[in-house]
Amino acid sequence: MAPRQAATKAASKKVRAKRSSAKIKAAPEARPEELLGYYRDMLLIRRFEEKAGQMYGMGLIGGFCHLYIGQEAVVVGLQAAIETGRDTVITSYRDHGHMLACGMDPKGVMAELTGRSGGYSKGKGGSMHMFSRETGFFGGHGIVGAQVPLGTGLGFAHKYSANGNVSLTYLGDGAVNQGQVYESFNMAALWRLPVVYVIENNKYGMGTSIERAAAKSTELHHRGQAYGIPSAQIDGMDVVAVKAAGDTAVAHARGGDGPYILEMLTYRYRGHSMSDPAKYRTKEEVQKVRQEQDPIDRLKSRLLANGGADETRLKEIDREIKAIVTEAAEFAQNSPEPDLAELTTNIYAQA
Amino acid sequence: MPIQITMPALSPTMTEGTLVKWLVKEGDTVASGDVLAEIETDKATMEVESIDEGTVGKLLVAEGTEAVPVNTVIALLLADGEDRAALDAAAVASAAPAPVADAPSSPPPPPPSTVAPSPSAGSAAPAIEPEWTGASVMLTVREALRDAMAEEMRRDERVFLMGEEVAEYQGAYKVSQGLLDEFGPRRVIDTPITEHGFAGVGAGAAMYGLKPIVEFMTFNFAMQAIDQIINSSSKTLYMSGGQIENSIVFRGPNGAAARVAAQHSQCYASWYAHCPGLKVVAPWSAADAKGLLKSAIRDPNPVIFLEHEILYGQSFEVPESDDWTVPIGVAKVVRPGRDVTITGFSIMVSKALEAAERLAAEGIEAEVIDLRSLRPLDAATVIESVKKTNRLVTTEEGWAACGIGAELAALVMDQAFDWLDAPIRRVAGADLPMPYAANLERLALPQTEHIVAAAKAVCYRES
Repeated sequence: MAPRQAATKAASKKVRAKRSSAKIKAAPEARPEELLGYYRDMLLIRRFEEKAGQMYGMGLIGGFCHLYIGQEAVVVGLQAAIETGRDTVITSYRDHGHMLACGMDPKGVMAELTGRSGGYSKGKGGSMHMFSRETGFFGGHGIVGAQVPLGTGLGFAHKYSANGNVSLTYLGDGAVNQGQVYESFNMAALWRLPVVYVIENNKYGMGTSIERAAAKSTELHHRGQAYGIPSAQIDGMDVVAVKAAGDTAVAHARGGDGPYILEMLTYRYRGHSMSDPAKYRTKEEVQKVRQEQDPIDRLKSRLLANGGADETRLKEIDREIKAIVTEAAEFAQNSPEPDLAELTTNIYAQA
Repeated sequence: MPIQITMPALSPTMTEGTLVKWLVKEGDTVASGDVLAEIETDKATMEVESIDEGTVGKLLVAEGTEAVPVNTVIALLLADGEDRAALDAAAVASAAPAPVADAPSSPPPPPPSTVAPSPSAGSAAPAIEPEWTGASVMLTVREALRDAMAEEMRRDERVFLMGEEVAEYQGAYKVSQGLLDEFGPRRVIDTPITEHGFAGVGAGAAMYGLKPIVEFMTFNFAMQAIDQIINSSSKTLYMSGGQIENSIVFRGPNGAAARVAAQHSQCYASWYAHCPGLKVVAPWSAADAKGLLKSAIRDPNPVIFLEHEILYGQSFEVPESDDWTVPIGVAKVVRPGRDVTITGFSIMVSKALEAAERLAAEGIEAEVIDLRSLRPLDAATVIESVKKTNRLVTTEEGWAACGIGAELAALVMDQAFDWLDAPIRRVAGADLPMPYAANLERLALPQTEHIVAAAKAVCYRES
């Protein structure tokens, strides 16, 4: 099954996009209001993360904090391809973007980052451990790769319950070398579980480039080939291309045809965590991606070019987002610390 | 009011840093994401990016300044429409000592408990096991376990069984015999040999609300899966602030069978009993195996259910009821006595009872307690017994170091020190990997005679 060149126009030349064994339809031009929605959602993540970074710098957020800046198109495009609340989403520790994309309240997310009672986990989980049953977000997991069997288990539960739902299971390019990923691929393919695996390939597993970590590093989406899992490699900096690929993959899984793998070629602008020495890549590399491929800038140009919005409308959205993020930051600083009695609650559920 | 740019903390441990270099100058326009300065921390040199848009109004800390405390105002940024006059007012404000991050103020935490937290702490007293007065039937432990699963699967559609060889092969140890016929392949699922994977699949399904029974062919193989058991299953309720329950049973034979050597003969009781968020049970009799497995399946928490291969074929009286359960967290006095308390669980209860029989012949009345649950551990029953006998011998098949006996000894020292008339003795597996040779294997396992000797020693009787 030799990879063929993708037919989608949305695929950028700079970030190569290929498809392997399944057909991704060429992305139809989305309606302007959809595009504006993506713009808004991506900008919310960008501004939220910038604010989180700033608050970390002020000592208001502690421990590990992994920012999603640069990768926004991936979660926004894919969330648009599933049914929020019905389908389930799971990821590892770089999870703030996924939560906001799922529609979780920025106030609750930011308050969890500051370790306050108003946070999604009442301040007991922190950046890496948040959940929201009503929006279908099942974490937020701190062990690289461990979310993959869990997401496969969510897919198992969907199939067992015959509810027609799909499990969207995110993993990074670092996680693809964990053995449990392949244990999961095998079971998902064997049992035809409705799981869409999304490999967010941002090119670095912490400080190790994908070339130094993975054999056949240019083809991570082929990692399911041995199990017969169809896959596609997509320009993850193009939200429209991501959405189109998501539609295909989700339809496949929902239709009972089993799992699907999407490799999203993306890039994180910030360090792995806050204390990243940035010695493993050049500033020029980061700058080039920011200038040439930024998902928000690209969508902005598209909107301005096709008349979907003018500068005034986009400014309006910027202000709206800024207000939401400011409100979240204020809430997160004013929400009280957890009651001391919370130390010993939620260890066991009442039998 | 200009925006204050402060010295950021760039790592969890950073308190100060060196401002190596400014990459902007006063009057420059900056956008969100632009690099403002280079900072050297305790770990590395890093860049500080602007969060806001504006014009650099004033640089307050010179390049090369060392030991700049976190949160010191290092520059002022003029927002759209602000002019330089705004800087003067701000300069006054920033001359004041650096505002320390609004450190959340809490009352001081309660003093740490002087008692080592015991697995029994914090759990409500479980209901006392109802005395069964109805009819009973003789069943093997194997049949009792099968019946427990079948009854709970009939009762609750969310319950399913997955594991290696549980369906068509009818169970590697025949525990799941007949379940495939009754419930079909949707609910009795043969997995590939993939413990790490299917333990995680089970945990994920439980997060969604199903109630998996995950069978490990033996608990030795669960070491492949222990990350999913501990990090995913046992911690999620806490990490989610109570939102995501994980109602799941991990079960299978534990401990030494016979002649299967080091990699197939380990007791994991203390490993799992160490971890909050898990419940751990290790029954001996068929009645307890059935009643506890039913409780484990109904329990909304992850339960580690440790069985024993040698017990599978042994028969006991079991209440004839499909709704009879044994509460988790309650030990059982299986033989009353006044001279010495002997605790055990799983197969060690058989050996403890044999020892009690021999001791009785020598005039020592041993009280034998079947712990049944290891987390929560029923310390109260053991303490009450020790207050009567003033002597304790603990038994377990696993290694003594950091084991269940060590935990019991600490609890008894803490809660019944003044009642002890002799040091507590632990009877446990020899501190070595299990040998294969029959004669060596016998030496490595705790035997009835070891228990007898320990009981006599704490009673100060010549052996």
